[in-house]
Amino acid sequence: MDRGKNRLIVSFLALPVGLYTLFVLIPYFSALIFAFTRWSGLSQNIRFNGANNFIKLYRDEKFWSALSHNGIALLILPPVIIGLALFFAFLFTQGKGVAFSRFFRVAFFFPQVMSVVVVAVLWSFIYHPTIGLLNALLGAVGLTQFASFPWLGDRGTVFGSVLAMVVWQSVGFYMVLFVAGMQSIPVDYYEAAKIDGADSWTMFWNVTVPLLWDTIRTAIIFLAIAAMDLFAQVTVMTNGTGGPSRAADVVPTYLYSTAFSDGQFGYATAMGLVLLILVLALSIISLRFTAREALEY
Amino acid sequence: MASVTTSQKAAESSDNALSIGSIVLKAFIYLILGVWALIVVFPMLWALMTSFKTDQEIFFSPWSLPTTLVFDNFVRAWTTARLGEYFVNTLIIVIPSLFLTLLLSSMAAYVLARFEFRGRNLLTYLFLVGMIFPLFLALVPLYFVTQKLGLLDTYHGLILVYVSFSLSFTIFFLINFFRTLPKELGEAATIDGASQYDIFFRIYLPLAKPGLITMGIFNFLGQWNQYILPNMLMITNEDKNTHYVLSQGLYYLQAKQFYGSDWSGLFAAVVIVMIPTLVVYLIFNDQIEQGMTAGAVKG
Repeated sequence: MDRGKNRLIVSFLALPVGLYTLFVLIPYFSALIFAFTRWSGLSQNIRFNGANNFIKLYRDEKFWSALSHNGIALLILPPVIIGLALFFAFLFTQGKGVAFSRFFRVAFFFPQVMSVVVVAVLWSFIYHPTIGLLNALLGAVGLTQFASFPWLGDRGTVFGSVLAMVVWQSVGFYMVLFVAGMQSIPVDYYEAAKIDGADSWTMFWNVTVPLLWDTIRTAIIFLAIAAMDLFAQVTVMTNGTGGPSRAADVVPTYLYSTAFSDGQFGYATAMGLVLLILVLALSIISLRFTAREALEY
Repeated sequence: MASVTTSQKAAESSDNALSIGSIVLKAFIYLILGVWALIVVFPMLWALMTSFKTDQEIFFSPWSLPTTLVFDNFVRAWTTARLGEYFVNTLIIVIPSLFLTLLLSSMAAYVLARFEFRGRNLLTYLFLVGMIFPLFLALVPLYFVTQKLGLLDTYHGLILVYVSFSLSFTIFFLINFFRTLPKELGEAATIDGASQYDIFFRIYLPLAKPGLITMGIFNFLGQWNQYILPNMLMITNEDKNTHYVLSQGLYYLQAKQFYGSDWSGLFAAVVIVMIPTLVVYLIFNDQIEQGMTAGAVKG
């Protein structure tokens, strides 16, 4: 067609594609190579060492420990967050709808717009042994054995404390998502179910959940990917240490310290590659596992 | 679109709504929602309240309201702890980065949405990489690319990195947006002799305003709150840390316990960092919800 069109295509794509190639594509694709090298960053010569990084990873207890924490997050975060969000969204859309619904939605969503760092610092205050909100509350209801208990300084509680914060921050986002989905379900479906004698519970499982399935699926994938990250949360709440005995270490924090504290860049990138494979596998599994016939309405 | 919503349905059947059961149910619903609202809002109010107290009060009467409002906490956080500088740094980075993200994404999205050309599908797939691949895979090479280009510790370096990592998501959102705009407008303008550039800047870009606003808000929140990228790329030595952004500055403060134990100053710092995003959210919460649900509902 006309020359004007081709000129436009080239000139409009040049900058975005150029930047994207330089800062996104080149790093990602060179990571695929770095992962098979031994490189400390200082020496100019990067040596290939085949699958050695991955063999080392396989034997690295710290890596398995970090990965197991991501695994725990993966088992806990999606069901708890989606469960709570669905429950709240369901309550929201019951009856005439809820008065002050705007207030509740805005309040629930609040933590989502805050930086993870702010939320993590705020929660470090909450968990603080002496001036913290949590121990004060527990003391107020008579659980005095928790007086000055260090939630973030104890191996047994540090990671759970991080996860509780993630739940606090995320539920509102998914609730708003589900409320919107529920409100677009045609009312006839509920009326038909009512005529058949279904109660709210049956309607929830047999009408709401199936018609909301695509949204729930999206939520599962988002949260699975989030569970494989948790870098900022763990870094801030453990002052970059990964917690006592690295009890809250996750793969991204271990990767970061391997690269930027220990200077083992090739080895760290190998962890990144494992992370990529896990994220892709998780997305595919969640899509397969949750595949149902699409319900059109 | 459904013509009748769930809440309207309920309004119709509300004739028999005053039974005991429905009152109990209502009370239960408000109780649950109220409890969660409290769990969410209370820590923030507590932080706000604490930020006006003295250190003495924080330790010895954590529950009471501050006896006098200590604004000095904010002054110390802003000046001694240099949050003011970090605030300005963040603005210096986020404003141009936001502008470039929206301009470059809308240009690319417009071309990808409206023209057929060789390599279009390949390009679209490549933009998908930035959305799906975990950031941590790119981290180490990104550091060295930035270093090679002499962009470590510079504002423009971080701006370019922010823009690059915001492109994928913004482009995909805007492609869908441009596809909904009628083709005929451009065709009519071509007949009138308008150049391709005029058609974009005078006709389609103004029409894309709602989409640009949505993406502007999402990218503002994402870039303002970004922590991992500046943490790696803005690594000025810790005595000076002149290029820190807010989230880094806040973490640095917490890690160093604010030069000793200035708890009141740290609480004030949290409030300072928290406020801008909350203001943006309160102003734009409608657009945020619409933007989220546009993709999610029947997406």
